[in-house]
Amino acid sequence: MEYFIELFFGGLTRGSIYALIALGYTMVYGIIQLINFAHGEIYMIGAFTALIVAGVLSLMGWNQIAILIIASFVAVIYSASYGFTIEKVAYKPLRHAPRLSALISAIGMSMFLQYYVLLAQTSNFLPFPNLIPEFAFMEPVSHLVRSSEILIYTTTAVVMVLLTFMIKFTRIGKAMRATAQDRDMAMLVGVDVNKVISMTFIVGSATAALGGVLIASHTGQINYYIGFIAGIKAFVAAVLGGIGSMPGAVLGSLVLGWTESFFTGYISSDYEDVFAFLFLVFILIFRPSGILGRSDTDKV
Amino acid sequence: MLRFTEIKKSFYTALWFMFLTFPIMVIRVNTIYNTVEWRWERLLYVGVATFFLSFVWRYAIQRKELGKKQVETGEGERVPILQRISRQKRIYVPCLIAAAVFVALFPFVFSMYQTNIMTTALIYVVVGLGLNIVVGLAGLLDLGYVAFYAVGAYSYALLNHHFGLGFWTVLPIGAAMGFLFGILLGFPVLRLRGDYLAIVTLGFGEIIRLILENWNEFSFGPSGIANIPRPSLFGLDLSLHQSIIYIYFLMVGLALFTIFVVRRLQDSRIGRAWIALREDEVACQAMGVDKTRTKLSAFALGATWAGMGGVVFAAKTTFINPASFTIWESIIILCVVVLGGMGSILGVICGAMILILLPEYLRAFSEYRMLLFGMILVIMMVFRPGGLISNVRRTYHFEGLQTKP
Repeated sequence: MEYFIELFFGGLTRGSIYALIALGYTMVYGIIQLINFAHGEIYMIGAFTALIVAGVLSLMGWNQIAILIIASFVAVIYSASYGFTIEKVAYKPLRHAPRLSALISAIGMSMFLQYYVLLAQTSNFLPFPNLIPEFAFMEPVSHLVRSSEILIYTTTAVVMVLLTFMIKFTRIGKAMRATAQDRDMAMLVGVDVNKVISMTFIVGSATAALGGVLIASHTGQINYYIGFIAGIKAFVAAVLGGIGSMPGAVLGSLVLGWTESFFTGYISSDYEDVFAFLFLVFILIFRPSGILGRSDTDKV
Repeated sequence: MLRFTEIKKSFYTALWFMFLTFPIMVIRVNTIYNTVEWRWERLLYVGVATFFLSFVWRYAIQRKELGKKQVETGEGERVPILQRISRQKRIYVPCLIAAAVFVALFPFVFSMYQTNIMTTALIYVVVGLGLNIVVGLAGLLDLGYVAFYAVGAYSYALLNHHFGLGFWTVLPIGAAMGFLFGILLGFPVLRLRGDYLAIVTLGFGEIIRLILENWNEFSFGPSGIANIPRPSLFGLDLSLHQSIIYIYFLMVGLALFTIFVVRRLQDSRIGRAWIALREDEVACQAMGVDKTRTKLSAFALGATWAGMGGVVFAAKTTFINPASFTIWESIIILCVVVLGGMGSILGVICGAMILILLPEYLRAFSEYRMLLFGMILVIMMVFRPGGLISNVRRTYHFEGLQTKP
């Protein structure tokens, strides 16, 4: 039973991180129907920025909580800036091009960013300082759940609520929904579509950066390649939940996190990634619209 | 000509990129020894480079917009210079002869090392042309293409290891295995829309690689298979040098065969169905083209060439392991197709030559190879989606039909 609970929380942690990345995927896809391959790299860059900031600050002898907050803040700012710039450079000129072109451009961008970090930093795994203190009230259950995991759950929940609030009730959220429904129509009624798309990239990248900081301090190491697999899995989660739907992305991430955790815990850990990919294939074949997605038919 | 606002724009772009690249380019933290390395000079490089590049970027965007306008208004229908050359018999016949002589004499003039590189480039030509069927003609983005390459390579290695089958027996078997896997993997996924297809094929590519890596009894795991024999020539004993030349000519033959087949396919009924499907799926179905079968045939035929390429790759390197078949390999092949020009045979050949030969000769840049490949994908898509040598659409001119209102 204890093993089961351990796997349950492990799955919840994975799922929460996937959710933070998948939210960005799903938002971008909802608005411009593009799989932003470089999204995983944004997450990786967030983790690297946090590592660098934390390294510099800890040398200056700051205290842990302050470092955590500042590092996350800087990481969020930088990831959002990268997201914004990537959209301007690689996707905006292709907005009216065939979807295949934008997708290839996204793959190129992903590859470019990975090797940019590899060349500018290192190809080895870097140890990431543990920034999250052990909470005192967690003492009785600390053998099952670590404090960092609790922080991951709460962050994901808060981000999810904030994003839902933003989409539902704010002006920019309304503009986002309008753009997602019909871009030309939104333009006609005076929505600044370029601004809305930029904003989507900024918000999505910022959430991914939070995921990067949290997972890096949880697992304790990062390298330039972490974004790629995490990005693909988050995409699987987004598709599972129904791409374009935000609650779907979170639900899909949790389902993927748990199934992966139980699969590796009870069956085999060698084929962990194989399992995630097979999962994706089956969803796409049997229920391409996902759990919460609407089935969309091609318009002629 | 250079106005002040332009300079100001570039200046801001440079500042923005300096801000953007600051932590990752400048600071390097060593968390073990607790040291920080500051590399300020890099900030200057980034600033200067982006300052000038942003001029080029804006100029290129402007030209692209201008070109679009010209096409819209119907004036100045320009045919790219390379195509104009390739249409004139007087020019292309001597070029073809020169190329043939060059190819035939290459291994005797240049060193063994260079012949080897050329063989690699030719393998990429063959697989690139195979992927060109899938991506260029049928418009299906296949990111797991290297899986079929791995299937071919492992069929040769394993069949040879267990049953002692020779290269020439396995070459058709490898092609058939590629075809079979193409159908097996293609069947469930081809109903999906383009971008889902890309991710699923990427997934399949990774699945095959992970299986090869983890299933030790079957594939010998990450250590791979060594001592794969080189191809034989009627039972003659070839020295290393001779066999390298032999593989080179074998590859030239295979490349010519591929070019011939792809050319014939392009103009055939099925080739036109692929192109039509790429352009408009719904309209194509309305005209009575069987969507699934057409897509499947493109997918499987593309995989066949990957299988063949894989067999030659295994025979050439005499050692294979799963590390040769990562997702990046798929992306390099995609890069070959995209740079050369999707759907154009000459383009793919040029793309392979440029992308495989250049990094070999510019050793200094070999570190930056993957970075440049990523950049090429983005830049080509933004500025020249048709590739260096784009495919000319077959057009029909109707004389005396100028009743434009």
